[in-house]
Amino acid sequence: MLTIGLAHYLTVGAILFVLGIFGIFLNRKNVIVILMSIELILLSVNLNLVAFSSSLDDLAGQVFAMFILTVAAAEAAIGLAIVVIYYRNHGSIEVEDISALKG
Amino acid sequence: MIAALAFYLFAFILIASAVMVVTSRNPVHSVLYLILAFFNAAALFLIAGAEFLAMILVIVYVGAVAVLFLFVVMMLDVDFVQLREGFQRYAPIGAIIGGILFLELLFVLGAWQFSANAAELRLSPTPEGVSNTQALGRLIYTDYIYLFQASGLILLVAMIGAIVLTLRERQADSRRQDIAAQVARSPELTMAQPVLGQGIRREDILRPLPPPAKAAPIAHDDHGHGSHGGGGHH
Repeated sequence: MLTIGLAHYLTVGAILFVLGIFGIFLNRKNVIVILMSIELILLSVNLNLVAFSSSLDDLAGQVFAMFILTVAAAEAAIGLAIVVIYYRNHGSIEVEDISALKG
Repeated sequence: MIAALAFYLFAFILIASAVMVVTSRNPVHSVLYLILAFFNAAALFLIAGAEFLAMILVIVYVGAVAVLFLFVVMMLDVDFVQLREGFQRYAPIGAIIGGILFLELLFVLGAWQFSANAAELRLSPTPEGVSNTQALGRLIYTDYIYLFQASGLILLVAMIGAIVLTLRERQADSRRQDIAAQVARSPELTMAQPVLGQGIRREDILRPLPPPAKAAPIAHDDHGHGSHGGGGHH
């Protein structure tokens, strides 16, 4: 209990991941909070990678986590830009109104 | 002992703030809790020995991404009460799917084990006697150099994309400063010393024509700007 091992980190990562999924369902209408939930999910993935990297003494996991950070930052920037122009054109950011592609 | 207590403290705050991110009523509070979550995740990274990633997390996420979220949330004038209408409706299905996912993850967590030769299969073992940042740098700039360049390209494309998406065309009739026209205005400008008390008429400077009586207030408004351009033509 008092020595922190891989399982502790994996548990925290799993809880964080589930919370991110839950947040996507809970805030179906607010696209900004959905983007924040995706950030939480990516954070939990990073936590897993770092935990495995530290447990196995393999630095490749941390390199991967760094690339995930890069892609997540790019994704947040593009996503927020899309939200801004959608709001400018439509005056709202309700996810259920976004059906121009008839998907 | 202290590391274990610190781990539990940071993990608890991380999970609590993640709960607040997804359930808080005000999106501004959500962003602030997201920042708190990032700080605590950085502390967990530190405990795991990944100090470079912890600092990157604080700098990139708290310094850039979370502040970007904050800007967007505050910039958009959205009726957030209306956005929360389906909150109770979607909570049960979200809880069900989240619970199933968590159970599956627990099964995975309880059943997996390292393979016997996991230590030999390591891609890039942590070198001895080198700090985490230095070891990562040696790895990134040698083995992973192409991936590193590709991630730089991704950031560049994201930056260009965000600018292109949000760039607004200037209106054609807006009166903005044209520096080239100002500089190239009249090369033969000379300083004049008007005689005191005589007015400027004898220096051959013409005042602009008086505005038409109807649009008096508007014409007065751009009088000052107009006289500059008029002076150039005369």
